[in-house]
Amino acid sequence: MTDFLSQLDPVSLLSITLITATPLVLAAMGGMMCERSGVVNIALEGIMLTGAFIGYGVAFFTHSVWIGLAAAIVSGMLIATLHAVLSISFLVDQIVSGMVINILAVGITGVFYRTYLESATTVGPGTFPHWDVPVLSAIPVIGPIFFQNQFVTYAMLILIFVVHFILFRTVWGLRTRACGEHPRAAETAGINVYFVRYVNVIASGALAGLGGAYFSLQQIGNFLPNMTGGRGYIALAAMIFGKWTPLGAFAASLLFSGSDQVGSRLQSVFHVPIPLQFLGMIPYVLTIIVVAGAMGRAVAPAAVGIPYKKG
Amino acid sequence: MAAAWRGRVVTTVLVPLVSVVCGFLVGAIAIVAAGADPLVAYGALFAGAFTNHNALAETLVSTTPYLGLGLAVALGFRAGLFNIGAEGQFYIGSLAGTFVAYSIHGLPPVLEVPLGLIAGMAGGALWASIAGGLKARFGAHEVITTIMLNYVSFLVASYLVDTKGLMLAPDVSTPRTPDVDPSAVLPVILAGSRLHVGFILALLAVPVVWFLIERTTIGFRLRAVGFSQGAARAAGISVGRTIVLTMALSGALAGFAGIVEVLGVNYHMTDTVAAGYGFDAIAVALLARSNPWGVLPAAFLFGALHNGAGFMQLETQISSDLISIVQASVIIFVAAPVIVGWLFRLRRAPAETVHITQREVDAPVT
Repeated sequence: MTDFLSQLDPVSLLSITLITATPLVLAAMGGMMCERSGVVNIALEGIMLTGAFIGYGVAFFTHSVWIGLAAAIVSGMLIATLHAVLSISFLVDQIVSGMVINILAVGITGVFYRTYLESATTVGPGTFPHWDVPVLSAIPVIGPIFFQNQFVTYAMLILIFVVHFILFRTVWGLRTRACGEHPRAAETAGINVYFVRYVNVIASGALAGLGGAYFSLQQIGNFLPNMTGGRGYIALAAMIFGKWTPLGAFAASLLFSGSDQVGSRLQSVFHVPIPLQFLGMIPYVLTIIVVAGAMGRAVAPAAVGIPYKKG
Repeated sequence: MAAAWRGRVVTTVLVPLVSVVCGFLVGAIAIVAAGADPLVAYGALFAGAFTNHNALAETLVSTTPYLGLGLAVALGFRAGLFNIGAEGQFYIGSLAGTFVAYSIHGLPPVLEVPLGLIAGMAGGALWASIAGGLKARFGAHEVITTIMLNYVSFLVASYLVDTKGLMLAPDVSTPRTPDVDPSAVLPVILAGSRLHVGFILALLAVPVVWFLIERTTIGFRLRAVGFSQGAARAAGISVGRTIVLTMALSGALAGFAGIVEVLGVNYHMTDTVAAGYGFDAIAVALLARSNPWGVLPAAFLFGALHNGAGFMQLETQISSDLISIVQASVIIFVAAPVIVGWLFRLRRAPAETVHITQREVDAPVT
């Protein structure tokens, strides 16, 4: 048993699980802000890809990962603004608008990557430095998992509490949820539904853009076409599986990335003949089960997906 | 009367046409930003799609899957269902059809080809029925379930065709299925090109789907459910059954598109999937305004873009991903006709929103 544990190395397993869950949690919380205010966001994938690309591109030309980080967040907000304008002001179907952004992100990142970055030979901007939190990082087990990380992971851990606080403990959060459940009633109570939705959609872009920076500026220090590889949809699954709450999304993301890590270790260390593909299906199958109402029904905000028309 | 007719022309012809032009204009801005001349790039795109040797035939080859996929999504739209899972149904259909087409031997083509096609359509239909059944029985939103099922289908394909997979061909260097039986191959119809009978079949699917939607009882029920589930239920239509049937038909069309690609072009499947067909299929259906006849020009446009993009990249170094920018922009303009009207000050710009699905009716419908 001890031999099994040492081979599995639980501390490093948990540590890598937390790290790979980082973009999932951030994008899931972005989707949550958006959907809590009544706007569906299937554009998380495209927003993350844009953030990864712009973040890397700006970091590349300014030689600063921090300016790149800011650019990733701003670019996420900008492309989310397009989602907001289309779906809130122009009343475009929110699924269509999200889909358009996903296609657009592939196009923009593909075209400009090929033109400006693909053949660049200078040294890249590198990645965010590892920061050990004084004292705390020396705690056994907990220290290496939580307090020896890079910027985006720390930011994710803090933002879980920030987003939870905003959604459930502030007036803004109450207004947001009102707009997502019953926009007409919210409007009657004097809330500007359009404004609340705009702000939340743009905030979701900031969160997903930050999640995008994880891929290019934290994980590998480079950009590759389509490097988000569908993680935006796993984030969507984590948001639903976590029942539209930050802590739930965090737990779901850990479950999803953890099953990935355990699976690859079982194969590489113990040669257990479980095909990786079946483990890979876990997030998707669990989400289908949850939206179908088994295991405690996941109920989306009542007004999500319905364009709101004043009047 | 004349005004109504004119309004219809504006929404069904003029708006899509202007949207396509606007989409190319947005693409031109991207080309300039990438440091190339839009006229040169679009010239290469045009040559690659139409005028180069065999280009037109290749464009028709690329158009073929978009026909089936566009019809699949358009059919779903008419019943108020948003089938984002066309891509998954495409792959599951391909897998089922490929399995049958390489397993059978010794039958004449008139039997083997239909067997392969039927297996492909059945695979797609079954896969789509999962989402349809979950919606009908539990009210699970089909957008979420079909997105998730897409990824499951990629993993199923990867599992079956992977290094130890059940459908792996013996003695191949890169994982792929065995080649289909020669008698199951869709014959080439234009000597010296890859244009195959599948293109004709896909063309024939257009009037078939139109007839199904507009002239049959099933089509009537489907449209009634799309128009108002409450009214359909009040009229005695089983909403749940109609939803499952619509998803199955939609999946069958997507599976048809998939197996036609195998039997007509590739003759086997590899484990690398995800060509982005799913979103393209929705884009085709939106551009067609969910009208089966509209799918014809929309699929042709997407086929041409797809086929010309490679040559454009070769000639101008502009990434073939440019066509994604054009496609996304086209859809923005189609879905938000207000923008087109606002840009061009069209006097009779349709100001109403484009209703794609009936969102207020997501309650369980058993």
